[in-house]
Amino acid sequence: MKRGINFLFVGVGGQGILTASDIAAEVGLEAGYDAKKSEVHGFSQRGGVVESHVRWGEKVAAPLAEKGTVDYLIATELLEAARWIDWLRPGGTVLINNQRISPMSVTVGYAVYPSDEDILVAVRARTDDVTVTEGLVTAQRLGNPRLANTVLLGALSTRLDVPPETWLAVIERRVPPRYVELNREAFWEGRRAMGSK
Amino acid sequence: MKTTGMVAGGKRLLAGNEAIALGAWEAGARYAAAYPGTPSTEILPALAQYAGVRAEWAANEKVALDAAVGASFAGARALAAMKHVGVNVASDSLMTLSYTGVGAGLVLVSADDPGAFSSQNEQDNRHYARFGKFPCLEPADSQEAKDFTAFAFELSEQFDTPVMLRSTTRLSHSKTAVEVRMPTAPRESGPLPPFEHKSRKYVMIPAHARLRHPEIEDRLQALAEYAEVARLSVHGEAYPLNRVEWGDKRVGVISSGVAYQYAREVFAGFSFLKLGMTYPLPARMIRDFAAEVETLVVVEELDPFLEEQVRALGLEVIGKEFFPATGELTLARVREGALEARLPVGGESRVSGARSRSKSQGEPETVQPETLKLDVPVRPPALCPGCPHRSVYFNLRKRKMLVAGDIGCYAIGVLPPFEEMDMLISMGASIGMAHGARQAGCPDRVVATIGDSTFFHSGLPELASTIYNRGVACTMILDNGTTAMTGGQDNPATGITLQGETTQRIDIESVVRAMGVEDLWVVDALDVKGVEQAIKDAAAVEDRPTVIIVNGACVFTPQFQRRAVVAADPEVCNGCGFCFRVGCPAILKSDEIDPKTKRPKAQIDPLLCTGCTVCLQVCPRKAIHQTSGEEA
Repeated sequence: MKRGINFLFVGVGGQGILTASDIAAEVGLEAGYDAKKSEVHGFSQRGGVVESHVRWGEKVAAPLAEKGTVDYLIATELLEAARWIDWLRPGGTVLINNQRISPMSVTVGYAVYPSDEDILVAVRARTDDVTVTEGLVTAQRLGNPRLANTVLLGALSTRLDVPPETWLAVIERRVPPRYVELNREAFWEGRRAMGSK
Repeated sequence: MKTTGMVAGGKRLLAGNEAIALGAWEAGARYAAAYPGTPSTEILPALAQYAGVRAEWAANEKVALDAAVGASFAGARALAAMKHVGVNVASDSLMTLSYTGVGAGLVLVSADDPGAFSSQNEQDNRHYARFGKFPCLEPADSQEAKDFTAFAFELSEQFDTPVMLRSTTRLSHSKTAVEVRMPTAPRESGPLPPFEHKSRKYVMIPAHARLRHPEIEDRLQALAEYAEVARLSVHGEAYPLNRVEWGDKRVGVISSGVAYQYAREVFAGFSFLKLGMTYPLPARMIRDFAAEVETLVVVEELDPFLEEQVRALGLEVIGKEFFPATGELTLARVREGALEARLPVGGESRVSGARSRSKSQGEPETVQPETLKLDVPVRPPALCPGCPHRSVYFNLRKRKMLVAGDIGCYAIGVLPPFEEMDMLISMGASIGMAHGARQAGCPDRVVATIGDSTFFHSGLPELASTIYNRGVACTMILDNGTTAMTGGQDNPATGITLQGETTQRIDIESVVRAMGVEDLWVVDALDVKGVEQAIKDAAAVEDRPTVIIVNGACVFTPQFQRRAVVAADPEVCNGCGFCFRVGCPAILKSDEIDPKTKRPKAQIDPLLCTGCTVCLQVCPRKAIHQTSGEEA
């Protein structure tokens, strides 16, 4: 009997959340789990909050996890990690891409973007297992900001009992051929960030 | 009309919409049409890839259904797909299609949006099935979405009826495992048989309609009988459409669609009547199930559609008093309802406070996660960096116009910093609303704003009516060269079909001129002053209808030209904040505060900037300049 695992990918419209969560769902299926994933398209994607649920299990019924039961919260943006932290089960894992994207409510002066410290204090109130990856820096060094998500996937892969080759095989299927090598590199960078190989 | 042999292709993750397309193709659908609308949009592009299917974007949902009807009468299996509110547009044909019945099978996919994630309401379209007296199927995952779609064509032919396949956002946009069989040879469709002339069936003059009506009532009875025993056959294996899953009989749950999946987890171990066909219902099956269980519960999203019918059978049932009729169901909401109803389910309530049923839909400025002391600013949708709509709402606000809006990305004009939209109700309505407001004597200067795809969807008759009735409102047609909100589909103004052919591009300016509008301005969306001047000039015309066409490519189209990014010079910027009012996600408040104004200076994120220069044009101090491109 395989233990059920819930993932929640969160970020801002346009950051490539949907592809990253697609990959995680497909890896689950490849690894012998039943898998479901769910997201919302349309209006909110225009610079708004994007969330995508992925569930692995022996047999998954609901496409959405229940608040407070998420094992892995993967945030491509700092503020979004704080917004969704209540979905994490206490002691769960948080992986954050170190990037700030200012919401319009902040730009027009209706609200204030909290400091990195305040965000991390809030997130750590839920769990000690928090990693902030420099995915964006790595991605920019490799020449494409979108690779930040692959860095996160690499980091995530170190916590799961699925060989990295399975992840890479799925990633290769999902990205255009000319980006395969860069994605590979970004993936290993993510694994190294977690002190793994 | 048979598919050729299939071989096992293994399990694949498919979105509900992809599965619907695959099911239609497996059933041998030869024609499909749709108007893009979340959450239905992806069905047609998925179907368009398969050989042997003609798949088209129609100008609106009624046209999509009408074309499918024509194909069906001509003997081809046909599918029409649309979002829930799209069915309202198509409903004129739909209600009478129920009377005519079909030629070859006809399936209408209605993708509802509980939670109104990307819609103007959250109507429950199962009511259309009862209203129009045709069957409604509700799949609960992608496997069922595929299987039920294929089955729907058979049901349609067997009972001479249109069949509604009702999806929801969580079905259409969830990916779940589907057993996919790949064809061993290309499908052979062959020519259609000669058209069968059946005017008493297909020509609904009053005399024929009166004759058809009793047949529709008989059909409904027959369908209700069939619901008791219906089985689908999938790749040689049969399973019941409506099924009982016995478990602990203290609680019996009746459910359908994605709601069933939530109920399955919350009421784990209890008995279920899982309905695949939610109209008409299998009355005996429901009575027999109810007789076996101690407490009967209905878990369904949105309206008490099943619940009311179960009650009409004289059965006591727990339903909407505990499970909300508003918004999307979730595991938490189902669990909360079950606990409140004192049903013996596990877990604990995670919803704070009292009943969540009447949860406010208004967006607070900040949300407060329960476990931490941090104000997390809301992140409302925003016009993308480089969006051609930006200059329009910036100027409309500046000129203090009354704005009738329409359905599309430009609805973001109602949000900060523009807050420049005063009414919005349905596709195409902007022009009629602007016209009516003026005709009734509204003293404000009124402008309708409508996109290119929406203009062809239903803006054309609204503009014709304004012109015909000597209206004086101004119509701004925002032509961004695509149907943007739904992800960039082609439309009659783009010159490309769904299946990628080049076609006649219908020129909006020529159409408007042909309708007799002489006071017409055509402006470049990225020319901020030019847009303002056109609005000013149009406002000066008080006795005739005016039209402004604003041309500017959506950033997601191939026509969009990314230019060197702009940068704000902190030496010149004094934090006046004028550029923040163009609502661009790439313009940020920097940490540097101007010593005189005491306000943060502007900073431009080179990763997000597209070089559209709208901010550069509005900056009063000329503190923003175009870079050489190296900063991108």
